[in-house]
Amino acid sequence: MMKLDTSGLESYTSQFGACSGLSGGISTSPSFELPSITDFDGFQKEAIQMVKPAKGTTTLAFIFKEGVMVAADSRASMGGYISSQSVKKIIEINPYMLGTMAGGAADCQFWHRNLGIKCRLHELANKRRISVTGASKLLANILYSYRGMGLSVGTMIAGWDETGPGLYYVDSEGGRLKGSRFSVGSGSPYAYGVLDNGYRYDMSVEEAAELARRAIYHATFRDGASGGVASVYYVGSAGWKKLSGDDVGELHYKYYPVVPSSVEQEMVEE
Amino acid sequence: MARYDRAITVFSPDGHLFQVEYALEAVRKGNAAVGVRGTDTIVLGVEKKSTAKLQDTRSVRKIVNLDDHIALACAGLKADARVLINRARIECQSHRLTVEDPVTVEYITRYIAGLQQKYTQSGGVRPFGLSTLIVGFDPYTAVPSLYQTDPSGTFSAWKANATGRNSNSMREFLEKNYKETSGQETIKLAIRALLEVVESGGKNIEIAVMTKEHGLRQLDEAEIDAIVAEIEAEKAAAEAAKKGPPKET
Repeated sequence: MMKLDTSGLESYTSQFGACSGLSGGISTSPSFELPSITDFDGFQKEAIQMVKPAKGTTTLAFIFKEGVMVAADSRASMGGYISSQSVKKIIEINPYMLGTMAGGAADCQFWHRNLGIKCRLHELANKRRISVTGASKLLANILYSYRGMGLSVGTMIAGWDETGPGLYYVDSEGGRLKGSRFSVGSGSPYAYGVLDNGYRYDMSVEEAAELARRAIYHATFRDGASGGVASVYYVGSAGWKKLSGDDVGELHYKYYPVVPSSVEQEMVEE
Repeated sequence: MARYDRAITVFSPDGHLFQVEYALEAVRKGNAAVGVRGTDTIVLGVEKKSTAKLQDTRSVRKIVNLDDHIALACAGLKADARVLINRARIECQSHRLTVEDPVTVEYITRYIAGLQQKYTQSGGVRPFGLSTLIVGFDPYTAVPSLYQTDPSGTFSAWKANATGRNSNSMREFLEKNYKETSGQETIKLAIRALLEVVESGGKNIEIAVMTKEHGLRQLDEAEIDAIVAEIEAEKAAAEAAKKGPPKET
């Protein structure tokens, strides 16, 4: 009889408190039984394939001299159908930490909120804020324990702590990477092109915001699964602040204004 | 008629937990231990009861490391100490693994105290028979701390404290003579407190010094003897000065 590990859904104290039970050391994690099926692995694989969206989105984040810049689009798609143009893909974990959403919307939202709870409890217990390193590790450990069960999360944890700006990429395969430039989602190749080309460590906040905005715009231009509104957030020593949210259609005409052509040109193009 | 399980810690009619109080008695019979916090140094000292001739003294370590930056000394049942120390060491590493940060002194003290409390509220077990003195420097703030826990599971921070045999006399001495010290002065204060209740001499005292740069350092007998000699000289000088000032003629 297979057991599903639900320790991630337990309350904070029972998971991280002093060794549960007096056995001291490894305690059996809470679990419930799964139905017995002849080919459980095959069943799991099918379930994952069914659930796994191609992470249709574009999100990016990078560290620069003044802090961290985080940006994302706002389109949700179900196959070829655009289900929403106004999804909040940058999740506010707490006043000094942001998470981005790519993959399953529900998975990202739930686990980011759960992470927010854990961060707050850490603050209360230890009388100091949790570091970005610690927060990203908490999330990564949870996602790792659900590995292979169909969670789809590709997130970046960006924040400012005692050691300065911090940026980590965490995904549902259990991977966790520290870095200074990330882009996640189906539009990420396009975003990387613009981002890597224009990136300098010592940019001002406005320059960095404009770079992030343009990168998202270009990704939404070429990637069908990204679009809507390009949101840009800045995380500094005083916490995060939303800088802008521009409709990418309008951004297009801002970057490439329509040049009224002369009569001769029109006749040639005819 | 059911027999009460004597191993359960239950309240007495007047609100005492006798098992916990008896555990405190066991602590009071244990060897003396003292801890003093300075501005940049923290010192732990324990009394070394005379060892048997054939015993290898190096295998009897009374002041131990919990991590690179945290040390612990205790008074009471040494076997219980071993169990508690092992659990605390695992917790220090577990914390490093889950949040990629070393523990703060307060965190590990809270953990140890929590463990001691758990054993006062469970069936079929007895409380741990030891009080601990935990010292260390917090990883980023480099603030020195000294904490004490006891069998009931309470803990608090101290500038200087003593536990074990004759801890009251040592604490009285510390209360009278404590002042903010650093470096060698802190070590001297700790040794002076211990000498109040212990036979003088390097072979009856074990001292360990924790600093931010060098971590925990055990002083060897020769060093301790040297400091003890210094202290005695100072005491003699003070006595002489008291009796001494030439009477005005």
